Amino acid sequence: MSKEKRHIFSVLVENRFGVLARVAGLFSGRGFNIDSLNVAETHDESISQITLVTHGDAQIIEQIYQHLNRLIDVIEVTDLSTGTHVERELVLIKVATDDPQKRTEILQVAEVFRGRVIDMKPASLVLEITGDEGKLKAAIDIFSTYGVIELARTGKIAMMRGATK
Amino acid sequence: MPVIASQKCFSLKTGKELEWYHGKVILCPPSRLQSWNEKVFYFQQTYGTAECALGPFMREIGMELSGARILVDCLKREGVEYIFGVNGGAAMPIFDALYDETEVKLIPMRHEQGASHAADGYARVTGKVGVALATSGPGATNLVTGIATAYMDSIPMVAITGQVLTDFIGSDAFQECDVIGVTRPICKHSYLIKSCDEVADVVAEAFHIASTGKPGPVIIDIAKDAQKNETLFQYPETVDIRSYKPQVNGDPAQIAKAAALIKEAKCPMLYAGGGVVLANASEELRELTLKTQIPITVTLMGLGAFPETHPLAMQMPGMHGSCCANYAFTDADLIVAIGARFDDRVTGDLDKFAPNAKKIHIDIDASCIGKNVPVDVPIVGDAKNVLTELNKLVDTADIDPWRNQIQEWKQKYPFEYEQKANKVMPQYVIEQIYEHYSDAIVVADVGQHQMWAAQYFKFTEPRQWLNSGGLGTMGFSLPAAIGAQLGCPDKTVVNINGDGSYIMTIQELVPAITMKLPLKIFIINNMYLGMVRQWQELFHNKRYSAVDYHDNPDFALLAQAFGATGLRVEHPEDVEPALLKAKGINDGPVVIDFIVDEDENVFPMVPAGAGLGDVIRGLS
Ligand SMILES: Cc1ncc(C[n+]2csc(CCOP(=O)(O)OP(=O)(O)O)c2C)c(N)n1
Ligand SMILES: [Mg+2]
Repeated sequence: MSKEKRHIFSVLVENRFGVLARVAGLFSGRGFNIDSLNVAETHDESISQITLVTHGDAQIIEQIYQHLNRLIDVIEVTDLSTGTHVERELVLIKVATDDPQKRTEILQVAEVFRGRVIDMKPASLVLEITGDEGKLKAAIDIFSTYGVIELARTGKIAMMRGATK
Repeated sequence: MPVIASQKCFSLKTGKELEWYHGKVILCPPSRLQSWNEKVFYFQQTYGTAECALGPFMREIGMELSGARILVDCLKREGVEYIFGVNGGAAMPIFDALYDETEVKLIPMRHEQGASHAADGYARVTGKVGVALATSGPGATNLVTGIATAYMDSIPMVAITGQVLTDFIGSDAFQECDVIGVTRPICKHSYLIKSCDEVADVVAEAFHIASTGKPGPVIIDIAKDAQKNETLFQYPETVDIRSYKPQVNGDPAQIAKAAALIKEAKCPMLYAGGGVVLANASEELRELTLKTQIPITVTLMGLGAFPETHPLAMQMPGMHGSCCANYAFTDADLIVAIGARFDDRVTGDLDKFAPNAKKIHIDIDASCIGKNVPVDVPIVGDAKNVLTELNKLVDTADIDPWRNQIQEWKQKYPFEYEQKANKVMPQYVIEQIYEHYSDAIVVADVGQHQMWAAQYFKFTEPRQWLNSGGLGTMGFSLPAAIGAQLGCPDKTVVNINGDGSYIMTIQELVPAITMKLPLKIFIINNMYLGMVRQWQELFHNKRYSAVDYHDNPDFALLAQAFGATGLRVEHPEDVEPALLKAKGINDGPVVIDFIVDEDENVFPMVPAGAGLGDVIRGLS
């Protein structure tokens, strides 16, 4: 048995209803894992991009790749983990700021993570932080100690470095 | 009889005369007039056939057609001969459009499962796309088993289902069912049509997808208003789907590698499956086998791709396959898999499967390669193309000791059974069927009788043997035989059925009788769900739970009640005369109920989960 590894697939699909269900159904039907999933229209409105994070041994990953390709609405599948790539996620964190002292501290911490304050109320504020998985985990861990009221997080989006697609 | 109605033709939009059509327009037959609202003209042979010109002509005069009419005209363009269906509310406009249609013939079946299996049987014998039609909700769900059956065996099929009005979709309307959702994992692709403007494009794409690459069923779910609303008809000349480009040609470098491995091997074997039949590559497979003189095993799905009567044929592999083929797998140093998918019923325990063999795997479906078994030389492509190329690179293999070993196994372990006194042995019935119907198309159902048919009937031609190998669907065979007979009207179609399987779709005897199809329906009646009874005997301490079918009706009498010829055979000496008698009955189906030994089991048998070498041979 080869080792399990995390893979990021970029999947270009026809921007039609039902396509996401086909992709998700493929994973549930064959017992593959989805760790995170992000879908949005691309600059070409007839095409959507699905960024999908999954894990498995080499044989499973190969199967996922082939089965994604087999779906009629899938235009292109790229396993970004095979090359150097950049990846980002975005998280919105609402933290309790019941006393002013705490608020100052939170703002300082936010600075460290290059977070942006996008809403501020007397007893709470909302921070926006982008980064890779490791950075977001660190941020979330720290802010948890101040009391997170609410947290929303996108799936990962990613692309290859360099001029090629 | 068409009559010339007018020498002049006017645009419905502008009222202007279209001079170009002058004198070329004829009115269609009166029966058409009513349903087509007196609007339709037929075109005289200016463009070869009237049908070709119909679309452009009607577009030019601005004449609109209903979605249902367009659907039927599209089916004609695709060369569809038959549609198998059951009517119902949400599909009524389509059935209406088919009412006086002569080119596309509507075959009313008695159950939608029968419709989908009949379409499947038609597709299996002709290689063309089979078409099934049902209404929404229960009609569609009844089609599901047939769709899944076709999917597992990669059979080209288009299943059309009516859907509730678009405004009602999602409201749990009467007879609404999310057909696209239900069928998602069991079809190659699916479409929901909400507007009549989509019909032509969708039908063209659906037939393209169903019949190319690895074939499979495609669903077209069409809302009732999309069937009724009218629009201009334009059939796409070509289909180009940017996200769907099946790879048909194998990589030359890989093919060369395969040829090199074949040259080096000392104990090579060919392992061919249903993909060879689907790709119409039997000729090429035969050439490869004869040229290299390498022994070959053909799977349950591929039977007939290579003649079982040939000395190099090792017969079927797997759970109930020949010992020879299974021993060969275990000892081979090279396996060339062609359109076969290393199914668990073939390989047995994967850890013990072909431990010494390198594997070459030729398949149109990349996801099939390496799925169960690691492969040394994967070749993605159409079997016909790949084999054509491979055949150029191979020569007679220098493997005499291996060939001798194969012959020894073959002689030592043939399929065999014990003739019990005064019992009709099921295997004997199959042997006799083979004796008297060796050229027939054989459609088997699922169970012991299926395995005996595969073992004792020696298939020599592709598309001669039809069975539900992948899904193992009981009830498949009678409706599939109807489709097969319509697809091959000049062939004899033999249906080898089981008492349990037969009664699952027995109602389809009705359309077979109505159409006077000369089906030979032979029931191997052991009064049990025999295959399950066998497993209970061997693995469940003979606890025969829910397998006793002695309470079934007398199938001969029942056939007569339906209006077919029904015969009952209880003694070995009556088997042959009955088969001969059936030969002479050709004005409708004949049902022979062979009352066979109840206790007989299928051997050899590789128990589920065991290695192929651990085969139970039965008779020693
Ligand atoms: C629709 C369906 N239900 C259940 C089964 C499980 N099954 C496999 S073989 C078999 C017995 C078939 O009985 P019969 O048609 O009498 O054939 P026999 O094995 O007796 O020859 C059953 C129940 C199946 N394959 N398909
Ligand atoms: Mg039985």
